[in-house]
Amino acid sequence: MTMSRGAELKTELGRRYRFAASHRLHSAQMSDAENARIYGKCNNACGHGHNYVVEVSISGEVDPATGMIANLADLDEFVAREVIEPFDHRSLNEEVEAFRSEVPTTENLCIEIYRRLKSFPKAKLERVRVEETSNNSFEYAGDEAVSGSDEAL
Amino acid sequence: MVLLTRKIEFSASHRYNNPALSPEENLRVFGKCNNPHGHGHNYTLEVTVAGEPDPVTGMVVDLADLKKILEQEVMRRMDHRHLNFEVPELAGQIPTCENVARVIWNLLEPKIPQGRLHRVRLYESPDLFADCYRNGASRNGSAA
Repeated sequence: MTMSRGAELKTELGRRYRFAASHRLHSAQMSDAENARIYGKCNNACGHGHNYVVEVSISGEVDPATGMIANLADLDEFVAREVIEPFDHRSLNEEVEAFRSEVPTTENLCIEIYRRLKSFPKAKLERVRVEETSNNSFEYAGDEAVSGSDEAL
Repeated sequence: MVLLTRKIEFSASHRYNNPALSPEENLRVFGKCNNPHGHGHNYTLEVTVAGEPDPVTGMVVDLADLKKILEQEVMRRMDHRHLNFEVPELAGQIPTCENVARVIWNLLEPKIPQGRLHRVRLYESPDLFADCYRNGASRNGSAA
């Protein structure tokens, strides 16, 4: 059909990671009653937790010498240092600086993880997808992307 | 535009080793994937075709045709095979998830009888996968 045949074949690598953390959804900009109304049981004063799944997608040239976009060991080490170690078995509200001022919804968590991984030196970060539960997932691909992909623009 | 995805599973063995590198370098770069005896995976392949449903059949692509193509191009070549030794399309390449996905793309793209190949996603394990698509095609199916 259209442009496809001549266009370059793009390759991405996706890797899934896991961490468990607690959070509480509560905004200092709203009254207690308003918080309870907006966030429901997620506003519970003592917090609650999730087993989060983080799906990280990177892109780049496949190195002919290794067959890889980036060495998985490098990606794993970077994600462990930037995200898993600081988040796993932590309270997001109390122990992650960004969530002292922002509500740790999974939307904001997605953006924070993207921000932390954006500087991965070995490949381009395409997007971050976070599953809060097996039924709720969120994606962020940077502000320039409207519908989850730079190519959509 | 509608996207249709068909999933198949195959099992294969492989080993990561670049003869241009020393044994020590291979071990450093590829870690346990460099094990001389190889190892294997249960791969899951998702093939996504994009197109408009045919006004007569209501199909983007006939699934029976797609199934046959996947059987011929992927299953016969790769299922219960050693990817380093038995798949000529991979000769000279390290059979990483990225490279296997690209080989599968190149095998399938010219064979798709209706619509066009939109994405190939190959899972080496539930936590590791490679995606291939043409630059200019968004993940959501729209053209740039």
